Amino acid sequence: MSKPVVATTSLAGCFGCHMSLLDIDEKILDLIELVEFNKSPIDDIKEFTKPCDIGLIEGGVCNSENAHVLKDFRKNCKILVSVGECAIMGGLPALRNGIPVKECIAEAYLGVPSVENNKEGILPNDDELPMITDRVYPCHEVVKIDYYLPGCPPRAELIWEAVAALVTGNEMKLPYEVVKFD
Amino acid sequence: MSEKVKFTIDGKECVAERGQNLVDAAADNGVYIPSLCHLRDVIPAGSCRICNIKNAGRIMTACTTPVEQGMEIENDISELNDMRKAIVEMLFVEGNHFCPACEKSGNCELQALAYRFQMMVPRYPYEFPIKTPDTQDSRLWIERNRCIKCKRCIRTIKTEDGKNIFAFQERGHKVEINIDHELAAGLSEEKIQEATDNCPVGSILKKGTGFSQPIGTRRFDKEAIGSDIEKVV
Ligand code: SF4
Ligand code: SF4
Ligand code: FES
Repeated sequence: MSKPVVATTSLAGCFGCHMSLLDIDEKILDLIELVEFNKSPIDDIKEFTKPCDIGLIEGGVCNSENAHVLKDFRKNCKILVSVGECAIMGGLPALRNGIPVKECIAEAYLGVPSVENNKEGILPNDDELPMITDRVYPCHEVVKIDYYLPGCPPRAELIWEAVAALVTGNEMKLPYEVVKFD
Repeated sequence: MSEKVKFTIDGKECVAERGQNLVDAAADNGVYIPSLCHLRDVIPAGSCRICNIKNAGRIMTACTTPVEQGMEIENDISELNDMRKAIVEMLFVEGNHFCPACEKSGNCELQALAYRFQMMVPRYPYEFPIKTPDTQDSRLWIERNRCIKCKRCIRTIKTEDGKNIFAFQERGHKVEINIDHELAAGLSEEKIQEATDNCPVGSILKKGTGFSQPIGTRRFDKEAIGSDIEKVV
């Protein structure tokens, strides 16, 4: 029997959730036994090459590219999991919600020490660049999400338990110390 | 003269003083009735409705219900627990709760209730309301993004001559907590700490003390809210 296929991505996240996935220590060897990875920053596969069983989503949606990738994941994965606070509720990037995009962009590109040379006040507007969304969206407000793993990042044991449970069909253990929002 | 009365909670026999509120009476009998706006020995406000219980088939708030002889209370049942969880979820979407960046995280009663009820995601859409914190005070920081309007601060923190330091401004959905800076300047350091401790969330914070406890050592890191009550038999 072929192994279940897992895909992962980081949208508006900091890669902390991916780091936490790698933080399962020696169980990483079990994971490799248990599943095969497809599109993921872990193996650097850029596009889906086959239908996947599980998609792990880190980060919320802060631009058009995030929305595109998330929809692509929904299309290609049977089960989608929001991993971490940013995927679940926008997380720290969502601190900008309520501040007009124009103000955010100005804060980043106009009159700040890091862009002293931007004398003409150029704002990035190349067609190649993703459009910034009006606010940061939790993933489940953009596509259907099947499961949620809270935490910033979710504890390594929680991610491991969840993936193992999804793959084996066994019930998931949820000890009190493992489900946390920070 | 206090009179003892007998009553049951989910079939467990309990004894308390007649007229004591149900949340405290239950706690004295080792039963946790989840609560949020209530503070022990403070006149209840009955504002959050987390403490909903069933008395003779009717749902009511335990913190405002005095104990009577022969009451048969239902508490730990799925209907009520889901209702409580729904309220917790509503409070999360109604404010801006960025727990990973919150000084109260790990010691927050709202978060602790979410842990107890295993909230993975609120069932309601996030509102991301626009709120402005008040950072003007030299010792206290009012972070309105996190206020759950429990009125604990209004009810418990007063000047020596009984004047309110905190008050609500506006009404309904727009209501927000305000602080009287002039009166607050006269508060003792203990009162400042008490205001911080009594706020169940990270809305009133003593400045300069955030993140002092390492993760793993905070109040609700290892023990669920209410487990201290349930341990006492
Ligand atoms: S007040 Fe509590 S629930 Fe709100 S952000 Fe802080 S820790 Fe989280
Ligand atoms: S500031 Fe804190 S104590 Fe006061 S009403 Fe808001 S949540 Fe309650
Ligand atoms: S604790 Fe009873 S209504 Fe809030």
